[in-house]
Amino acid sequence: MSQPTSQSSTYTGTSDYIAAPDLMQTVNVAVQLSRPLLIKGEPGTGKTMLAQSIARGLDMPLIVWNVKSTTKAQDGLYLYDTVQRLYDGQFGDRDVSDIAQYIRPGKLGEAFKSAERVVLLIDEIDKADLEFPNDLLWELDQMEFGIPETHETVKAVHRPIVLITSNAEKELPDAFLRRCVFHYIEFPDEEMMERIVYVHVPRLDKRLLDLAIQAFYWLRDVPGLQKKPSTSELIDWVQALARGGLDPQEIAARLPFMGVLLKKDHDVDVAQRALAGGRRR
Amino acid sequence: MFTDFFFLLRFYGVPVTVTEWLALMRALALGLAPAGLDQFYTVARSILVKSEAYFDQYDQAFAAMFKGIETPPQIEDEVWEWLANPLDMPGLSDEERRLLAAAMEGLDLEALERMFRERLAEQDAAHHGGNRWVGTGGTSPFGHSGFHPGGIRVGGESRNRSAVKVAGERRYRGYRTDQEVGVRQFELALRRLRQLSSRNEGVPDELDLDETIEETAANAGRLSLVWRKSRKNAVKVLLLMDVGGSMHPYIRLCSQLFSAVNRSSHFKDLRFYYFHNCVYDWLYLDTSCSTSNAISTRRVLQELPSDYKLIVVGDAAMAPSELLSRDGIIWWGFGNEEPGIEWLRRLHRHFDHSAWLNAIPQADWDHAYGSVTIRKVREVFPMFELTVDGLTAATKKLMVRY
Repeated sequence: MSQPTSQSSTYTGTSDYIAAPDLMQTVNVAVQLSRPLLIKGEPGTGKTMLAQSIARGLDMPLIVWNVKSTTKAQDGLYLYDTVQRLYDGQFGDRDVSDIAQYIRPGKLGEAFKSAERVVLLIDEIDKADLEFPNDLLWELDQMEFGIPETHETVKAVHRPIVLITSNAEKELPDAFLRRCVFHYIEFPDEEMMERIVYVHVPRLDKRLLDLAIQAFYWLRDVPGLQKKPSTSELIDWVQALARGGLDPQEIAARLPFMGVLLKKDHDVDVAQRALAGGRRR
Repeated sequence: MFTDFFFLLRFYGVPVTVTEWLALMRALALGLAPAGLDQFYTVARSILVKSEAYFDQYDQAFAAMFKGIETPPQIEDEVWEWLANPLDMPGLSDEERRLLAAAMEGLDLEALERMFRERLAEQDAAHHGGNRWVGTGGTSPFGHSGFHPGGIRVGGESRNRSAVKVAGERRYRGYRTDQEVGVRQFELALRRLRQLSSRNEGVPDELDLDETIEETAANAGRLSLVWRKSRKNAVKVLLLMDVGGSMHPYIRLCSQLFSAVNRSSHFKDLRFYYFHNCVYDWLYLDTSCSTSNAISTRRVLQELPSDYKLIVVGDAAMAPSELLSRDGIIWWGFGNEEPGIEWLRRLHRHFDHSAWLNAIPQADWDHAYGSVTIRKVREVFPMFELTVDGLTAATKKLMVRY
């Protein structure tokens, strides 16, 4: 195991992201142990924002690798543009014998080559193929990879801080999980939610916010919803309410602008039935 | 150090490995959990437990291991600094400062500090508005928002809940997914439900490598791409599950099947509905079987075309009247115009392929409770038992009718 790098600073949250104390602690553990940090949580709980906050809090640049279902591990290391080379060879005047021109580093490669220490976010790793996390194991452990085409080895100048987020759509392989430090972002409670909303919408009427939060948590508890509204939807909703200039009493009774909270027809039906059924607190 | 905790975790079912344990030891050696059990709880959990599905078991093991150990709450450095120089406390008005100075006249700070520690150790719950314990809004010498000028302010956000208490609360019970055993086998059986779309449907979106090479070679080396249509699974499944009382002994088995079906992402579409003993006018959207959360069976039949594969999971065991009589439905106050068996026949007629999975073992179908209704249902649906073999046979039936 490589030696832990000394950190002059620890992560203590930033002004635009409310982090629970155990989350801050887990981030510091991951940094000190030089292991990737795996973050799981319901969609909309701010996993991507956490990465931005960590980068800002530790004063490091952030490199984001948005994983898609078609992403392969190789894409993160480097890309060898063979087609371009073929075309140049046939039509262009360029000297195609220098392969290095056609090698472009992927996000992981960028993070390794960077002169200063960076935070690397691998976003939504479970979107990709089942084997994708396993393919990255060696590179994440040893912090180096080879490029056979140019006989080059890319070694990390500074070990990047790796953050991985997962929506739990697929099970991640065990060998991969072993190497990570894990944190599950729970859905915030009402008090925490209030602070989060205030960070995003500072000049909000407290009474409006209280009623909105009450209605929001009631809505989350309604049985039969396929997609429960999340934090980001609450923030949008609160802003819509503030601009709509409605009577705050209406919020509880009618749940105006429901389309901001619920994105499925079925859910809207269920919610309206629950409202009409008089099951309001 | 704490090696018993490692074995205790494994005993409770948390899959901890030696590598992770060594990482935890390293973390402790680096001083990452300096201040007591609460920090250890968080640090250990982040290193040892890799899924929230195991958080509950972690809590159980933690509570069992560290039962009864209470760390005295951390007293922040700030408090001690303030104690050394109390008049510097921010937010005091001049008047208050004078009062404080007066009150501090005869105060022995060392004695106060000792008393503070003792009082904290005695107290075991948050407290507000009294005059002895550490809390808020009171008149004791310790706490905040209170009225004792010679006291020590303890941060207003102190939660005062130790890790052992938190572990004892078992907040993560809902995340457990103990269905690992058996689910995988069901999943494998369900893989057979695969009917790939023919090569004539769909858009060409897959690179045909062999053809591409052929074409490029035929084109004197100029790159020429050839596409073909990829084949996707076209199977759509409608799963109806019986959640009546007689199914209770089979809950675990049904959950495993449910997990397996849920995880099978290779179906084109997957629908779930529930019923109680027999299907009548309403299908329920969740296991509570309340009519406020239901959809009418007719609507389901209208919405879903006949190429959905119908799988019914239930014991088919009920009083004959529930199946064969008008208004046989078990709920008081609800009626059904047509007997349950008519609904079952309607379902069978609508869907081209259907199968009934019975949780009761096949050997018992002729003499278990409900054998009369089981026989009747078998006249409508092909029935298989709910085991891996039964499911395999059912999937074969679902692919080919005869």
